[in-house]
Amino acid sequence: MGIQIDLDKCVGCGECLSSCPFGLLEIIAEKVYLREGCTFCGACQEACDYQAILIEAAAEAPAAGDSYRGVWVFAEQRNGKLKSVAYELLSRGRQLADTLGTELCVICFGHGINEAQQLIAYGADKVYLMDAPALSSNQDDLYTKGLVELIEKYKPEIVIAGATSLGRSFIPRVAAILKTGLTADCTGLEIDPETGLLLQTRPTFGGNIMATIICQTKRPQMSTVRPRVFKKGTPDGRRKGQVIRVDFNKQRITSRTKLLSFIDDIIEAVKLEDANIIVSGGRGVGKAENFQLLEELAGVMGAALGSSRPPVDDGWVPYSHQVGQTGKTVCPKLYIACGISGAVQHLAGMQTSDTIVAINNDPDAPIFEVASYGIVGDLFKVVPMLIKKLKND
Amino acid sequence: MEYFLNEQQKTLKSLARRIAEERILPVRAELDEREEFPWGIMKDLAEADIFRIFIPEEYEGLGGGCFELCLAVEELSRVCSGVAVSYAASALGSFPLLEYGTEEQKQKYLPDIASGKRLAAFALTEPTAGSDASAIKTTAERVKGGYVINGTKQFITNGGEAEIYTVIALTDKARGARGASAFLVEKDTPGFSFGKKEKKMGIRASSTRELVFRNCLVPEENIIGKEGMGFIVTLRLLDRSRPGIGAQAVGLAQGALEAAVDYARKRIQFGHPIISLPVVQNMLADMATNVEAARALTYAVARTIDSGAKKFTEEAAMAKVFASDTAMKVATDAVQIFGGVGYMRDYPIEKMMRDAKITQIYEGSNEVLRSTIAFELRKRKARRE
Amino acid sequence: MNIVVCLKQVPGTTKVNIDPQTNTLVRQGIKNIVNPFDTYALEEGVRIKERYEGKVTAISMGPPQAEEALREVISTGADEAILLSDSAFAGADTLATSHTLARAINKLKQYDIIICGRQTIDGDTGQVGPELAEMLGIPFVAYVSKIEEIDNGYMRVKRMVEDGHEVIETPLPTVITVVKEINVPRLPSLRGLAKARSAVIPIWTAQELGVDKNMVGLSGSATRVIRVFFPQRVHHGEILQGDLESQANSLIDKLREAKIISGS
Repeated sequence: MGIQIDLDKCVGCGECLSSCPFGLLEIIAEKVYLREGCTFCGACQEACDYQAILIEAAAEAPAAGDSYRGVWVFAEQRNGKLKSVAYELLSRGRQLADTLGTELCVICFGHGINEAQQLIAYGADKVYLMDAPALSSNQDDLYTKGLVELIEKYKPEIVIAGATSLGRSFIPRVAAILKTGLTADCTGLEIDPETGLLLQTRPTFGGNIMATIICQTKRPQMSTVRPRVFKKGTPDGRRKGQVIRVDFNKQRITSRTKLLSFIDDIIEAVKLEDANIIVSGGRGVGKAENFQLLEELAGVMGAALGSSRPPVDDGWVPYSHQVGQTGKTVCPKLYIACGISGAVQHLAGMQTSDTIVAINNDPDAPIFEVASYGIVGDLFKVVPMLIKKLKND
Repeated sequence: MEYFLNEQQKTLKSLARRIAEERILPVRAELDEREEFPWGIMKDLAEADIFRIFIPEEYEGLGGGCFELCLAVEELSRVCSGVAVSYAASALGSFPLLEYGTEEQKQKYLPDIASGKRLAAFALTEPTAGSDASAIKTTAERVKGGYVINGTKQFITNGGEAEIYTVIALTDKARGARGASAFLVEKDTPGFSFGKKEKKMGIRASSTRELVFRNCLVPEENIIGKEGMGFIVTLRLLDRSRPGIGAQAVGLAQGALEAAVDYARKRIQFGHPIISLPVVQNMLADMATNVEAARALTYAVARTIDSGAKKFTEEAAMAKVFASDTAMKVATDAVQIFGGVGYMRDYPIEKMMRDAKITQIYEGSNEVLRSTIAFELRKRKARRE
Repeated sequence: MNIVVCLKQVPGTTKVNIDPQTNTLVRQGIKNIVNPFDTYALEEGVRIKERYEGKVTAISMGPPQAEEALREVISTGADEAILLSDSAFAGADTLATSHTLARAINKLKQYDIIICGRQTIDGDTGQVGPELAEMLGIPFVAYVSKIEEIDNGYMRVKRMVEDGHEVIETPLPTVITVVKEINVPRLPSLRGLAKARSAVIPIWTAQELGVDKNMVGLSGSATRVIRVFFPQRVHHGEILQGDLESQANSLIDKLREAKIISGS
């Protein structure tokens, strides 16, 4: 596979230049020239009227083993309680499995988990449960080995997991052992109606570009999905399913790393990811002390405090409050952005919120493009007014 | 203008600029506001080998000269003069050692100055001795094994922060200026303490402090040169360091000029950017011309010194006077171009104007230096040169 | 202590702009930079070396111009740098990239700690570190924010997770990925820049690594990008007008109507 430019055919018309989403083409001496970084997306081939650009298709992939069947969701837990991302993945996993006409299985490792029936209510056909005290800590190595064993045994065609710090840490290792493809941080998962392949869409270039990725020849097709990207479904208590307890083999599944201690450093009352309302501040807040004003508004509204990247970089608020590409992805009912300009990296972490309110003194700030309601004005006047109004009622 | 820098000089200039823009720019307003000594930046400069450039290779330096120092100071000062002067003062404090120090003294102190592990400072000024340096009252009395220093130094740059001080004191009061000697005094020497920390108009990131000596015994081997050489050391030192002040002024003026051009392009009044107004264009053209002239003179003098010129008192004074007057004028005009906002602390330009003033005052006030230049002219005429 | 730092040259995204006419990335004036997260990896490698002695080797896979990035890291403390460059490596996904890096690290033979940045700013996957660890068959710790101690073949680190920090002990050799909280990378030094200018940076090709061409580059990639597009943002919001008080009132009313907040 590769791209060939036939310089004899190229007339240097430049039609192709604007077709390249990465801006990699340029005309030098009346001929088109391609810079490094081509993803072979084919846009330029279509744009060329002279058949001068040719994408050589990969030799037709050997069909990935048909023996692979079923959609799997890895359900992460902490202290025996499943994370909400598990349920979010279940709802999308259910749709994928239905489209493919196959079963949806949930894999869950941990200790003292009693939500298996609930997983079935949310759409699982089977729940593979590996429950052992050892699995409550030292998760990375144990989970990697445990999941690889199960995949090798049951051969699912799709495996999806939450892009949490644990998921992003051990799922790539599973993929590497299985020598299969993995797409990180997907925001869209669909089944291609023609090929039955999983179409995995994800942001790249800091959210500037979306790419749709497939894994054609290797199985399973694996993706991680950030929390809050998909919506949790509604449970159906009548659903039937099977809970399969998997033995934890202490001899085979061991950990080289050791968890010595855990330091809890979340101080806020409401966890950001679980909050219904988030009041968030950006560079426009000016300094650390001014965050007190936002905290006050958050207090009145029962909201959690969020932040864009600059206040975290400047040490005004701890990293655990950061929303965006390198922080948390949130999807509250209401997101109030105060003094946040709305860089794509920040939008990537909050734009799926149900309602977005933007308060900024720059009417051209990109945050207004995603805002449901915008107030162009000084946040130091608007926020106190909101606090006053909300308190009075 | 193309000054034909060699490879090392280009590297130095671009690295100094990078440090200024990446490390100093984000904190300069805060350093100014809090009057805080820029230790973090001193560490950055040290790690980047910027303190090595004025120290010979045999003492772990990189063997540059006056010109290299000027390039670094100019780039730092383009962003913040307060930081630039804290750096330059360490060079100033080490010059006497470089020129008149014994091999032992150099081996003992220069490597630490080169690595930036310790800062140096130079202490001459006293409450009664500013332009008239011969009026100093601090004494160094010969005792067995050393000298006992008594007196107070005033307005000492890097005072309290530096660890190695070159102190000028009288070993023979009767001989006046010829009775002065230079001593190396380390911080934490018993009897040596720090007095008042000055609150300044500008260059507020730098430390300016009193040094207090009360029966401070320094060992014999800490004298620089011989007894009575204190003022020779001082005059030589100031001749060498004045292009550095020139560079500080050039950098500051360059920073103010760039800010003014930038603002004039963006500021719309009467429907057009103000840079399209002839009156603004004239100001900017004069500012740019003077900055370039000041730079050319400063560089020329620094290169003359590095090329081994024996005497350069007059030229060094010219560079300092011209560049500092230019800095003051350019910074003032830049504030004028900014108009109302230029007067506000939200913009860096008022700081540049405050920072500029000191360059006309310290290391020889421009009035004293003009008389120095005139004196040289007279001497030359008399000698029919 | 033999420390290997893996890094990538990426377009400096702060200037990534989209041409509104053509909807493509504007590349003019975009300088390539060392992936910012990798600079923390390098800095940490250099600090480990300064604390425990050893050698820092930087490895990058990329086109020939990625040599610039490697010169830059020599100026900030790497002892040696190796560029993995071959037309066969082009178009690699994380699987093929980590395979190539693993072969190069195996060729180095001696390694105790391998450090990567948490992710790149262009691809954003964060997968190369963990995949590399598996291909080398050694332990892995992600999101390290502090190296507490290295002693007797073990390393104790602090790593960031969603709600706090974990202290983890791992035997060496190991792969870690680091977050920006771990350090402030130093700027180059003059001596470092001089060293970087004259440094010889070997280029290892597919042949030198002895890799199967079907395991690297596009051929070795399990994933394919089949479509790229720009996220569409449809603006259907409303800018609230009026004076401060009426803006506040109208916002609160609207939020109440939509039952987003409670109250009268």
